Amino acid sequence: MAEMTYLEAINLGISEEMARDEKVVIFGEDVGGDKGGVFGVTKGLAAKYGDNRCFNTPLTEGLIGGLAVGLGVMGYRAIGEFQFADYILPATNQILSEARTMRYRTKGDWTAPIVYRTPYGGGVRGGLYHSQSTEKIFAGQPGLRVVTPSNPYDAKGMIKAAIRSDDPVIFYEHKRLYRLLKAEIPTDDYIVPIDKANVVREGSDITVISYGMMLQYAISAAEKLAKEGIDAEVVDVRSLYPLDRETLVNAAKKTGKVLLVTEDNKEGSIMSEIAAMISEDALFDLDAPIKRLAGPDAPSMGYALTLEREFLVNEDQVIEAMRELAEY
Amino acid sequence: MKTLKKSGLSKEEIIQAYYEVKRGRRLDERLWQLTRIGKTSFNISGQGAEVAQVAMAMAFEHDKDIFLPYYRDMTACLVWGMTSKDIILGSFGKDADPSSHGRQMPNHYGSKEHNIVSFASTVSTQMPLATGVAYAAQLEGKDYIALTTTGEGSANQGEVQEAMNFAGVKKLPVIFVVENNNYAISVPIEEQYANENMSDRAHGYGFEGITVDGNDFTEVYLTFKKAVKDARSGKGPKLIELKVYRLTSHSADDDQTIYRSKEDIEKMKESDPIDVFEKQLIDEGYLTQAEMDKMDEEIRAEIDKATDEAEAMPDPAPESLLDEVYAK
Repeated sequence: MAEMTYLEAINLGISEEMARDEKVVIFGEDVGGDKGGVFGVTKGLAAKYGDNRCFNTPLTEGLIGGLAVGLGVMGYRAIGEFQFADYILPATNQILSEARTMRYRTKGDWTAPIVYRTPYGGGVRGGLYHSQSTEKIFAGQPGLRVVTPSNPYDAKGMIKAAIRSDDPVIFYEHKRLYRLLKAEIPTDDYIVPIDKANVVREGSDITVISYGMMLQYAISAAEKLAKEGIDAEVVDVRSLYPLDRETLVNAAKKTGKVLLVTEDNKEGSIMSEIAAMISEDALFDLDAPIKRLAGPDAPSMGYALTLEREFLVNEDQVIEAMRELAEY
Repeated sequence: MKTLKKSGLSKEEIIQAYYEVKRGRRLDERLWQLTRIGKTSFNISGQGAEVAQVAMAMAFEHDKDIFLPYYRDMTACLVWGMTSKDIILGSFGKDADPSSHGRQMPNHYGSKEHNIVSFASTVSTQMPLATGVAYAAQLEGKDYIALTTTGEGSANQGEVQEAMNFAGVKKLPVIFVVENNNYAISVPIEEQYANENMSDRAHGYGFEGITVDGNDFTEVYLTFKKAVKDARSGKGPKLIELKVYRLTSHSADDDQTIYRSKEDIEKMKESDPIDVFEKQLIDEGYLTQAEMDKMDEEIRAEIDKATDEAEAMPDPAPESLLDEVYAK
């Protein structure tokens, strides 16, 4: 065991996989050399595994997307890094038209096992183009997996599972969590499944479903509200697509009161799909309307601190929404 | 125009080349026929490019070099090892279709068995993939090469520039080919690009670009022979532009008489590269007209047999729609 940040846990997970399997390679803008990525997630990997297996690309996201597919069809496990989730957009054609469909369109003759890693999320004064939640663009795209860990233990275990997965995976890393969270995590080999939601707190009064930074608010809020006698079940979505329908619906049925919290815009987010699933499968188990707490339907948060704070859901709002739901 | 003798190929190899050229033409004619009688729903042709495609493909080692074609490259795929039946299975959308098992439209050629990588319909996305394939060769220290093709219309996509830029930076063993047939569906080259030759673009990426008359079998073959030798010995990529004709409309859903003059089409058909090739074969004493006629009969019989066999094969089972969305 060692105390590690979310960022260090991802670095260790990648490093272990590169040591275990020489077919694992990693690349992107600033990823190679001594720099190791804009946030330092790949720091030390070039020195350890060579400049051929950990290397810089030009500023060409489409290329990053397609290079990974080409390596994938040749039996490699490529990890392509995009500097920010907002910068994935030029690679969307490669991700959706090539990576996502390679297995399906050849009925498994050719496959593209890929991890596309990218930092997302706000709260770090990133303004519009360094803060957006782009995960909804890739959700609802069969063939693709979209995942995000919410703590250091999952961060290491899920990046390892993503690298070993034979499917293309988009691995979202919340950049506010990179250095915020520290935890004791095992330094030996373990994986965390990338197709399962996680009940992080058992409770009987209300169910809160979230992921990323918002999940941390939900966990903290649940502990505070427990002192008021409100016992909340808290679920980490983790697998944003495909969703772990069974775990999510069961958690909703358990308490009959559901709060969905996302940093994304309210309309069209992952949470909209979760709400639909719960309505389909558990309507008559519900004791209150499903409630969504989310960002407003503006393109993203502003750079100015006032605008950023206005956009982002905060812990007080989560507490308030949970309290209201409990009293319904 | 260079003599066939100057290619350095043996008599047997030249005769084989003619067989492939003629088979490409006859097979495509069959695919049109199947479309016109309503047995299949689509075709898109390489008629006019067969001589260039055969000369190109013959310069490679098909059991180790990887081909990432585009939709007009049926004849090159035949040289790479696909059979007439393989192609017709794709047109019928049969389960045994090696390209996509009935999942993609016809003419999206691929075959794991023959080192031909599947491609998407969103033109030129295969170009970044080719860099991934070539990077794999470089990583493994192996001497296989990636060959990737596209049309002059598709070559204007951003991903083509991203791929060529990276290939130049890393000196990758990849050969980019633009088959320039003067039209992107109905849009003539004057409205597509402003430079004289497409191949000029290569210089901007630090490698050689060459424009070749696609009717000149020997010139095309020797150009590729050298490009292959250079790529295999670590000298990096090439861009080769083949000037070819598009004898047919863009596809079965297009009518080129709407946007090309009758005279223009007639003039082009009069200089059909197969006629030019046949004249060379006779003049240089490789084949007599009687021998060519006999070969044509054999090819027609082969295609009749392949058509009957392919048509008799089972369609994909409806429930297989959900197969291979994800790895098991």
